Amino acid sequence: MITKRIIPCLDVKNGRVVKGVNFEGLSDVSCPVELAKYYSSCGADELVFYDITASFEERRLFTDILTRVAQNVFIPLTVGGGINTLDDFDRVLKCGADKVSVNSGAIKNPQLIKEASLKYGSQCVVLSVDVKRVDGEFLVFSKGGRENTGIEAISWIKQGVELGAGEIVVNSIDTDGVKNGFDIELLKLVCEAVSVPVIASGGAGSIDHFIELFNEIPDIDAGLAASIFHFGEVEIKELKKQLKENNIRVRI
Amino acid sequence: MIAIVDYGVGNLFSVKSSFNYIGAEVIVTGNAEEIRKADKILLPGVGAFEDAIAKLRSTGLDKVIIEEAKNGKPIMGICLGMQLLFEKSYEFGEHEGLGLLSGSVVPMKGVIKEDLKIPHIGYNALIFKKNHPLFKYIKDGDYVYFVHSFYAKDCEDSLLATTEYDKELTAIVGKDNVMGCQFHPEKSGEIGLNILKAFCEM
Repeated sequence: MITKRIIPCLDVKNGRVVKGVNFEGLSDVSCPVELAKYYSSCGADELVFYDITASFEERRLFTDILTRVAQNVFIPLTVGGGINTLDDFDRVLKCGADKVSVNSGAIKNPQLIKEASLKYGSQCVVLSVDVKRVDGEFLVFSKGGRENTGIEAISWIKQGVELGAGEIVVNSIDTDGVKNGFDIELLKLVCEAVSVPVIASGGAGSIDHFIELFNEIPDIDAGLAASIFHFGEVEIKELKKQLKENNIRVRI
Repeated sequence: MIAIVDYGVGNLFSVKSSFNYIGAEVIVTGNAEEIRKADKILLPGVGAFEDAIAKLRSTGLDKVIIEEAKNGKPIMGICLGMQLLFEKSYEFGEHEGLGLLSGSVVPMKGVIKEDLKIPHIGYNALIFKKNHPLFKYIKDGDYVYFVHSFYAKDCEDSLLATTEYDKELTAIVGKDNVMGCQFHPEKSGEIGLNILKAFCEM
């Protein structure tokens, strides 16, 4: 059977990984290529790159970086950030991305999901959703979690899958950054609602949180995190070892 | 020199990069002469079977590949490229393949348990069925990265490895000089690179 996937997420700005990283033995800790190689050698199953730049010039730099990563790292690469059109898909796929993650761009224009999945296949289209509880309801937020769209999260995710999204990244704004564990309640609802792979994001602070995630929700496919990996609070090698000891299938 | 066949299907960047990374000389080409001149042929492919085989036929590359295979040149198909090597596919209709391997490509739907997700996406373990030079640098139980909704069956004579997803599904095939991987070696980390390396050495 397929393994659970562990996915580090790297935010890239001006050709550098931001949010700070501190690894011993890496000559340049904010170099995306170095970090990607390092994670791949530690057993990361996939990598996600978020382009958090805004200008055209910086975007070109991002695609240069992506090309270099794809020439050196041979695990699936997902790219997100600023994906609003089919041209954006084309731009990052040509540089070696395997999947493209859409968020605000799909909220603005849901047909983007459909057009992209018809052109590149569903396996290529990842719908990333930022969710927050508001008055007891799970609502979708856009623009990096800053803007309440008022859209109910589960219905949006279902719609995304119907339009052709092949994978869902669920980022809980409520648990993100708190390091108190993944948002099990929300993730369970998503897993019950759709039959495509679901990737949990937001809240991981320790190895135990990953064990809890996979034990509580056997249907969840992957756990994604950023700073806890970058800061070495959770080492992927050790994480996978402990997952295996807890009878959770991982690639070692 | 390995010719990666470019027939307008899918993104060849990662396949090319992975061969470059292991130090193999590759050329991405849709030119019949260049394919004939190469020592080995790599047939990639992403997308729909019908579309892919139509493109191979319309460019005449189907004949080139079949001839070169019959001349004994090592050929490897990846993912849809592997499926194209078979006689037939039942992906949305019935389509004839290159016929270099016996067997057919059929949907997973209705074969595996209903609660399992299709496509089969993720890392899954190889179960070796026969020994083969492609396995030179890998071992039984190694994980490789799959993304597919259809699989090859009735291919016992070429079956080299399977993977378990409720049922055992065809993962690697090989008969004489014609080989194929259902998964993506160019996306399977070290293990995948080791399969490509073994292919280069054949």
